[in-house]
Amino acid sequence: MAKKTIRLRASNKGGTATVKALITHPMETGLRKDKKTGKKVPAHFIQTVSGKHNGKDVIIAEWSGAISKNPYLSFQFNGANKGDTVELSWSDNMGGSDSASTKVR
Amino acid sequence: MQRRTFMKGTLAASGVAVAVSAGLLSPRAVMAAWPKSAFEAKSVPDALSGLGIGTTATSGDIQIKAPDIAENGAVVPVTVKTSIGDVSSISIFAEKNNSPLTSNFNLKGSAQGFVATRIKMQKTSAVIAVVKAGGKAYSARKEVKVTIGGCGG
Repeated sequence: MAKKTIRLRASNKGGTATVKALITHPMETGLRKDKKTGKKVPAHFIQTVSGKHNGKDVIIAEWSGAISKNPYLSFQFNGANKGDTVELSWSDNMGGSDSASTKVR
Repeated sequence: MQRRTFMKGTLAASGVAVAVSAGLLSPRAVMAAWPKSAFEAKSVPDALSGLGIGTTATSGDIQIKAPDIAENGAVVPVTVKTSIGDVSSISIFAEKNNSPLTSNFNLKGSAQGFVATRIKMQKTSAVIAVVKAGGKAYSARKEVKVTIGGCGG
């Protein structure tokens, strides 16, 4: 994907990092109808999102179409130091994917 | 007898290979193990069993932060926080959605019992959080009133 789809932030408070991420994605459930054509809009949603701290899995989220459009995700983990790498990646049901990384502040 | 078991084995293996090549089981989907049955379940108990959870105990150690009244069902911010230790997963359900399971978060390593996201809700119902920790499942619920549904149609 040419455009960046993930906005990622990780802040550290007393060794506990809070990661906040915003992903740009339509998150179609497959139930919504197109108002003009009356046809159903095909499902297109993120299925898995994984968050890593220094290369180690912290969270693996499994989503359905019931997560809002342009999803927001926040999670926390222990043992963070300033400058650590936090990586986030997603993949959807149509084979799309993206990833981004940031440093703990 | 031996030949028979051998044949069975090869047949099963080729069956999987055919399924993979036909795109029925894309390798990526198999690896990610996205729990399809849980997400397609039409009721909370069915979705729970799809995740391999039987019964849940109501727990006061789970806090669900969600609005009392959500004006727009398409964007309902939900935060789940728990003080239960050794949490392996947190799942968020919207009880009266067509498919109640909205999301399942597997927590690993140093992850804390905390997730926040935004979900879609079809109508007024309870948001249920199920926390799996140490082989047991705990749940908590919070009613959210939805003024405009957020699941299409």
